[in-house]
Amino acid sequence: MDSSSVFANIVRAPEDAILGVTVAYNKDSSPDKLNLGVGAYRTEEGKPLVLKVVRRAEQMLVNDNSRVKEYLPIVGLADFNKLSAKLIFGADSPAIQENRVTTVQCLSGTGSLRVGAEFLARHYHQLTIYIPNPTWGNHTKIFGLAGLSVKAYRYYDPATRGLDFQGLLEDLGAAPSGSIVLLHACAHNPTGVDPTIEQWEQIRQLMRSKGLLPFFDSAYQGFASGNLDADAGSVRMFVADGGECLAAQSYAKNMGLYGERVGALSIVCKTADVASRVESQLKLVIRPMYSNPPIHGASIVATILKDRDMYNEWTVELKAMADRIISMRQQLFDSLSARGTPGDWSHIIKQIGMFTFTGLNTKQVAFMTKEYHIYMTSDGRISMAGLSSRTVPHLTEAIHAAVTRAG
Amino acid sequence: MWKCFSTRTSRCFSTSASNRTLKWWDRVAPAPKDPITSVTEAFLADTSPTKINLGVGAYRDDEGKPVVLQCVKEAEAKIAGCDFLESVSSAVSSKLVEESVKLVYGKNSDIIKEGRFAGVQALSGTGACRLFAEFQRRFYPESQIYMTDPTWSNHHNIWRDALVPERTFHYYHPDSKGLDFSALLDDVKNAPDGSFFLLHPCAHNPTGVDPTEEQWREISYLFKVKNHFPFFDMAYQGFASGDLDRDARSIQIFVEDGNVIGCAQSFAKNMGLYGHRVGCLNVLCNDAKQAVAIKSQLQQIARAMYSSPPIHGILLVSGILSDPNMKALWVKEVKAMANRIQSLRTTLRKSLEQLSSPLNWEHITNQVGMFCFSGLTPEQVDRLLREFHIYMTLDGRMSMAGVTTGNVSYLANAIHEVTKFG
Repeated sequence: MDSSSVFANIVRAPEDAILGVTVAYNKDSSPDKLNLGVGAYRTEEGKPLVLKVVRRAEQMLVNDNSRVKEYLPIVGLADFNKLSAKLIFGADSPAIQENRVTTVQCLSGTGSLRVGAEFLARHYHQLTIYIPNPTWGNHTKIFGLAGLSVKAYRYYDPATRGLDFQGLLEDLGAAPSGSIVLLHACAHNPTGVDPTIEQWEQIRQLMRSKGLLPFFDSAYQGFASGNLDADAGSVRMFVADGGECLAAQSYAKNMGLYGERVGALSIVCKTADVASRVESQLKLVIRPMYSNPPIHGASIVATILKDRDMYNEWTVELKAMADRIISMRQQLFDSLSARGTPGDWSHIIKQIGMFTFTGLNTKQVAFMTKEYHIYMTSDGRISMAGLSSRTVPHLTEAIHAAVTRAG
Repeated sequence: MWKCFSTRTSRCFSTSASNRTLKWWDRVAPAPKDPITSVTEAFLADTSPTKINLGVGAYRDDEGKPVVLQCVKEAEAKIAGCDFLESVSSAVSSKLVEESVKLVYGKNSDIIKEGRFAGVQALSGTGACRLFAEFQRRFYPESQIYMTDPTWSNHHNIWRDALVPERTFHYYHPDSKGLDFSALLDDVKNAPDGSFFLLHPCAHNPTGVDPTEEQWREISYLFKVKNHFPFFDMAYQGFASGDLDRDARSIQIFVEDGNVIGCAQSFAKNMGLYGHRVGCLNVLCNDAKQAVAIKSQLQQIARAMYSSPPIHGILLVSGILSDPNMKALWVKEVKAMANRIQSLRTTLRKSLEQLSSPLNWEHITNQVGMFCFSGLTPEQVDRLLREFHIYMTLDGRMSMAGVTTGNVSYLANAIHEVTKFG
């Protein structure tokens, strides 16, 4: 090659902290290795799961000779958008009935958050977003690159391994009026700590009184309690007071459609006219990013959501996944108790959703990886979905050793 | 950038809906419609039985229907029922990139053997361009991008949203309806050394005007002298000549001359995978080590935008490209699509000439690819819409893929009607 690359001085970017765990796991040749890193569901046999109802929907699509592969509209598949809004806000939501909701199909949760953030950066008057401490690692990058300034509000209390409710209220109370606030709708990632209904109501009142704009990230609807409606309770509470909010939905986990990148961004507005203008501006964000969203995954979701039998089948399979995770929590807790591992491990059964914030420190995590080939993110977050009855004993041993030997 | 004006309305602290006056979005004006997708929207709303959509560059068969390629149907039947719904494994991902890049540089290229490229899958052509624009901005924050005049309308949006200012360079000559070659060379010469240029390697959109191989050689030589960075947006490989290798020739000329390039590829048109959003971005590097660095940066940009591209389309494309039989079938199907378009170009031109049109319609057959830059004025385009229910973008760009043996006479008559008085 004659001339030097104009990009010759580029250094290698650091690995994504979460995805990097799987990279390291894949390199490990130990037969005992255990991947508790990324939040992807695994069966009791440790295998990825394609839901039966998804397979059925996919087969129906393949067999339908009238289907074509034309571009979707910029806002995505219309059916999918309507059904997604109903899923999160409730079919009887007045906001939907009054046409005050604009919903656009996006690339899973990440894409929905990014499009929403870009829209806010252009049109909103307060360009600061408050995110809980801690939160999913990619949140800061998404909002930052979209042009928002990112601040934190207290959320997790390491002492109780629960919610720092006072700290949360103080920090949101001190936020400038109009600030955007990121809320995990349920099954907080990484801590698994969710506010109670009463606490949500207090948060709502505080936020509305200060004019803070809620931006919900709903990546685990159905995984927290096993019930889709219950898991949307926080979002619906805010919509019910007539106010405005944003909501990003992902179907990666609850429909197991991870790789297909299916999600939706909804913006609940005061009036139908505003919703329509907002939608037109969302299109201007999307078109220069990727023109229009991918057709396959959204078609699967729409097929399932619009058919009553398939929908019911889905809720059953979803509950089974949620139940298996809840059972793993119980098993791990029981196992640590039986082992007599020092410390209070009740947070394992109190925390909600796919993850447990173990409370293990980085030294302990590194120890567990090195000595026991157990992979998790360095903040001590483990994905319960990666556990099985067979591997609980190995994890128990590793935690026990880490706690007693690796300060 | 975007103005944030502050129209504070008075606020009540009551939580009852009826007392709320806080209006977040009053300031949001309705956005202008996209000049291309809005044509399709208007077309769909039209109930006329004679309507013709010559707007968006999406292939249609001779009945005016969208086509799912046979090779795609076969690939899809194969993957239905697979365990692939999780994030793309790196093996699948590398396979797609490798096969895509072979289409650009040739399957025996040293570049591929030596791993001298950073390649990532992208959300079709738009996504690949956007990733590159963001990457360009990140590492060359003071740089600009030179675009052909005219270019695909969304190119302006993409680089603007990536915060890279644009300049244009001469390309289309409205009088000849061909290439304004000497002005193009002047602009390339006069641009500051080391400028970034956006080039269409074949089947230029919207004009259908491509440089000849000789002209490409001259341009490439000049790029080398000026140390410019050429970024190719290849959305129509196969549609210019019907031959995939030939359509990538311009890129290969640049590479042979020692230019270090970047290239966006789309499988929307040539594989008919429009809605699946499958494409590839690659950037040439000094060596495999640098390729790793650049790839990691591109992946980071993507991670904060949408994490990873949808797997279904990736499986289809890599399935087709890595199976010799399916790939051979694909090559045939691309040629058939290109041939149909070429034949309708000839028919349309002949029909207009037979109607004794006062205008010169040679450009219909001189121009290549999916589009014909007709030279129709906005007023004429508007008349075609209102009087004949024929839809195209206001710049007079017609997607020839929308022309059929069934509608070509109607189209010729309509064009004649609006242009017969000059």
